[in-house]
Amino acid sequence: MSIEATPRTHALGHRMKRKEDPRFLQGKGNYVDDISLPGMLHAALVRSPYPHATIKNIDISEAMKIPGVKAVITGKDLEAAGLGWLPTFHGLDKQMVLAIGKVLFQYQEVAAVFAETRAAAADGAEAVQVDYEPLPVVADPFTAKKDEILLRPDREQKTNHIYHWEVGDRAGAERALERSAKRIRQRIWFQRCHPAPLEPCGCVAQFDTMGRLQFYVTSQAPHVYRTALTIVTGIPEDRIHVISPDIGGGFGNKVPVYSGYVCAVVGALKLGRPVKWIETRTENLTSTGFARDYHMDIELGAEADGRLTALRVSTVADHGAFDAAADPTKYPAGMFGIVTGSYDVPVAHAEVDAYFTNKAPGGIAYRCSFRVTEASYAIERAMDILADELGIDAVELRRKNFIRKDQFPYPSRLGFTYDSGDYQKTLELALQTIGYDDLLTEQREKRARGELMGIGFSTFTEVVGAGPSKHFDILGIKMFDSAEIRIHPTGSGIVRAGTKSQGQGHETTWAQIVAEELGLDPQNIMVEEGDTDTAPYGLGTYASRSTPVAGAAIATAARRVREKARKIAAHLLEVGEADVEWKDYKFQVKGVPAKSVTMKEVAFAAYTNPGPNEPGLEGTNYYDPPNMTFPNGTYIAVVDVDRETGEVKVRRFLAVDDCGTVINPMIVEGQIHGGLTEGFAIAFMQEIQYDRDGNNLNTNFTDYLLPTSLETPHWETANTVTPSPHHPLGAKAVGESPNVGSPAAFVNAVIDALSPLGVRHIDMPITRDKVWRAIQSAQSATV
Amino acid sequence: MKVSITVNGVAYERDVEPRTLLAYFLREACGLTGTHIGCDTSSCGCCVVVLDGDTAVKSCAMFAVQADGREVLTVEGLAQGGALHPLQQGFWDQHGLQCGYCTPGMLLTSYAMLKHTPEPSEADIREGLAGNLCRCTGYQNIVKAVQQAAGAMRQPAAAK
Repeated sequence: MSIEATPRTHALGHRMKRKEDPRFLQGKGNYVDDISLPGMLHAALVRSPYPHATIKNIDISEAMKIPGVKAVITGKDLEAAGLGWLPTFHGLDKQMVLAIGKVLFQYQEVAAVFAETRAAAADGAEAVQVDYEPLPVVADPFTAKKDEILLRPDREQKTNHIYHWEVGDRAGAERALERSAKRIRQRIWFQRCHPAPLEPCGCVAQFDTMGRLQFYVTSQAPHVYRTALTIVTGIPEDRIHVISPDIGGGFGNKVPVYSGYVCAVVGALKLGRPVKWIETRTENLTSTGFARDYHMDIELGAEADGRLTALRVSTVADHGAFDAAADPTKYPAGMFGIVTGSYDVPVAHAEVDAYFTNKAPGGIAYRCSFRVTEASYAIERAMDILADELGIDAVELRRKNFIRKDQFPYPSRLGFTYDSGDYQKTLELALQTIGYDDLLTEQREKRARGELMGIGFSTFTEVVGAGPSKHFDILGIKMFDSAEIRIHPTGSGIVRAGTKSQGQGHETTWAQIVAEELGLDPQNIMVEEGDTDTAPYGLGTYASRSTPVAGAAIATAARRVREKARKIAAHLLEVGEADVEWKDYKFQVKGVPAKSVTMKEVAFAAYTNPGPNEPGLEGTNYYDPPNMTFPNGTYIAVVDVDRETGEVKVRRFLAVDDCGTVINPMIVEGQIHGGLTEGFAIAFMQEIQYDRDGNNLNTNFTDYLLPTSLETPHWETANTVTPSPHHPLGAKAVGESPNVGSPAAFVNAVIDALSPLGVRHIDMPITRDKVWRAIQSAQSATV
Repeated sequence: MKVSITVNGVAYERDVEPRTLLAYFLREACGLTGTHIGCDTSSCGCCVVVLDGDTAVKSCAMFAVQADGREVLTVEGLAQGGALHPLQQGFWDQHGLQCGYCTPGMLLTSYAMLKHTPEPSEADIREGLAGNLCRCTGYQNIVKAVQQAAGAMRQPAAAK
């Protein structure tokens, strides 16, 4: 079949159908579990039923009797080999690969079983006998804070406190709050949730005939994995080949390195055969990178007219058993400093204290640039509470405090320089599109009849595209990204990047960028990612960094190709290079449009008739972004709440996004639909709950809910375009905006519906029973 | 146990453990890896295949031995003679997929749905796909894709 013809030029902004789709549509995707190597063994992990317990003994004898079981390894075996602990990506902690001495969370990895088949490995894992002696459990960070039970005696610091981080003017914020005419304070918990991509994590490890590790793995950051594997195993980096095949969704869940990966490598080395490890859904939900779990006390001060005077936020973070939040080294609380949001706050202070608990480690995941979601949710909820207490319309309060268009580049009080934005314009477009005045009229009428209808706003700003090398690194590696472009003699080409698509459509958008810059057909620009042998070193795809960083690298590399091509064009046109201009997607002699050559012609000449120039046509760029990008938007949710049942119906939802220049509008809309659906899930359905004894209560999809086609609302979208001034294409990124911006809009809408009853806040997920209880207690309070 | 299962028109005779699920039979015994596994609790629908021409089943909720002597259609069997099935074309045209992991299950569930309901409303489609989870698309474009396919599949019949 042929791929639909698209305009050869003007590739940017075109709704080009995705080049990757034909293989996915025909079952020809190549996901990690589709890889089967000759002689391959399967690994299964033994996991702890206890959240905190001493391991008295591990007996593998029964497991070894299971037909097909080849070996069992434990933490002691790994420790003896110097592989007992794994550095976390944040670099300030380490994590047990398999439990050594004790377990620290339920479902922690205790032993690995290698067998001839998947079923035999599972049988073997069942048969491993572990004697545990339960220890008292610390199931929340407030108990952890007391330091009555020390969870991590392995650490030098004898406390459960991991770090204190703060930014801003503590004394100034205190003074300003005291002097404010109005002051609000709210405890907001952003619950622990989980990204739950449909494809679980997994890997296949093999040492080839040259003794080189071939490592297929569900990784959003394959190059970082290669370096991490070298650090952990001591295998020289040139002997490690990491391949991220097609990935069935990541959402940050596939950034950390997991125990199963290390065990598979050890198994392959020990047994001399390839080893596959694919986790079950339960293993995914209980042990891999979760998201959020921030308890935030936020305060806002304002003048009587609503002008903000100060912001202060103090957060207690639950990081679980290890500090495995994959933040950039200098940012233990990620980008939480974006908590001043879209508003010109005169003085602000933010602090975060993180604690160990007997829960799974993680914290940085789920479609979020390092804690931006927590910060955006906090400020957008607080703005609504303030509006309510001041008796000012929530829209009016936002308008009054927006950073104005002429204030960009805007230095925020908490240390960021916002690149660009026109918040007012985006808000007004949203109000007009949804028909806000009509909705207000309808709401007034409904309220008069006692019906509960709510309109909720979120006018958020994100900070994404990590990041400038002077501030950002992971394990010491600066957070640049990279691209390498080769144009072939007949005018097609290949682009390789340090990113890795997990559904974002890089095979299409990266080709569109190259096509735009070089005037070539995007259908004939192949995109390759995820192979550390061929792709230039990059930091990977997460935190909405692909378009801001790698997208910029691709555009810059393409411009290098173009500069080289200009010299060859001058040779072909028989004029000096200074007389050649790039116009209308071709090279022409200045002032003589009839005298021109196309890039395709230049490409052919690069290999057949380069003249005095270096043959070939290639370009490489490692792009160090000068600043972050600041996507923003106005989201409006309209809900109806059933007073009798507490059921919330999201009747309308409009997302107006400003992600700067749009590369492919179809893909951007798709990203927004998906992100809104994940935001909807977080707002109404998802929580990884632990009971007081540390038992995980949401261990599969019957208890941890993903929205189906039935619950998911219809999404309306629109956009404004304020290009980023420092990005070569003006693009800002969009993948995470809908998940960052939408939870506050949903919750604000529900609280707006309930506000006539005096309800001020409900923590997510906003389930029917929580709403019903809030209505009941509000009604009994007013009786 | 010996089983003979016809998959996409080809008979596969294999010796399987009784506990082998149809999903693993397809993936490992037949090498047809387009059928995916996402949850182990029959919640996600990534593994849906069509049985005996018109019944969508979650192949992780069925033993291979239960499919003995029956006909299975997987995603690999949808395109015919190099031409995409109208459902595949619809999903492509309407951007009904992103990571592609749920896509085979979505396609096969829709295939069975259109056998029974050739002119589905949006509500019919949303109801029909409620057993298939997608993390990427928010379903909106999947609904459009199925609508497009339903329209395209009615066209030839109308032309006759």
